[in-house]
Amino acid sequence: MKARVSVRLKPAILDPQGKAVLNSLQQLGYDEVTSVRIGKLIELELDSHDSGDMEQRLEELSRRLLTNPLMETFDIELEDDDRTGDH
Amino acid sequence: MTEPETIETTRWGVVIFPGSNCDKDALDAVGRICGQKATPVWHRDIDLEEFDGIILPGGFSYGDYLRAGAIARFAEVMESVIEFAGHGGLVIGICNGFQVLAETRLLPGALMRNKDLRFICREVNLRVERSDTPFTNMIETGRVIKLPIAHNEGSFYLPPKQLEELESNRQVLFRYCDPNGNITAESNPNGSLNNIAGIVNRQGNVLGMMPHPERRCDPLLGDPDGFDLFGSAIDYINRN
Repeated sequence: MKARVSVRLKPAILDPQGKAVLNSLQQLGYDEVTSVRIGKLIELELDSHDSGDMEQRLEELSRRLLTNPLMETFDIELEDDDRTGDH
Repeated sequence: MTEPETIETTRWGVVIFPGSNCDKDALDAVGRICGQKATPVWHRDIDLEEFDGIILPGGFSYGDYLRAGAIARFAEVMESVIEFAGHGGLVIGICNGFQVLAETRLLPGALMRNKDLRFICREVNLRVERSDTPFTNMIETGRVIKLPIAHNEGSFYLPPKQLEELESNRQVLFRYCDPNGNITAESNPNGSLNNIAGIVNRQGNVLGMMPHPERRCDPLLGDPDGFDLFGSAIDYINRN
């Protein structure tokens, strides 16, 4: 099983990296871009098929280590490779 | 004949994580310059009972991977540091040490990427906001001290309501200021909210600061403003 944790800065938080990229895009002529926010994508491979408990554990590890809840939010996507494999 | 006044030598532990790089400066400042007993503490050590004070030094613990301080927070020694702080022991986190204390939640807030996305290494002016703490009892309130900063993630952030609480509890100890002690936008090097450079916990025994007092202890290196901070802590321990 695989999990993808997308980490985003909370909307209220200034993102200087995103601002620098926005400036650069506008200099390149992409005027339609009005905002850029940069986050992180963390991919995990899991040795478990019990997705019920796993979701809870992923929530927990995301809160404890992968993110700082003061400034970041996250989404978890679970992907069961058994469902798509072996065909 | 009068008995000479005996001043106990205080005992300090300086924690070393993989990637710490200011541990020797901290040991030198407290050991050689302040004349105290300073001992390195490995990140796997869990016995801190022999110490009066603990320093979490600057550097790049665990490469600053994920977020500065995020991985160090789970080092074995940190459970003992939390316990040590809980019993009122003095803990000083400098630069990366402040980031570790914030991730550990021993101190509120987060240290984010500098506003201008640059690593900043220079001297700054700091206004000391209160002298009634274990770390500043030798420094009068409002005095401007000069200390160096050297960091990439020093922009102090706290959500508005908690920031208000921090201020009303008088937990801010140092603010970036101009040479006359005015808190201005120009004197804020990294985008920290309210120009915050250093804070204490509610109980006042845990200090986190981005500037480096250990680099301004030896008079050879200029005004030893950092000495007054360690001197205050040593004096506090001797009186308690």
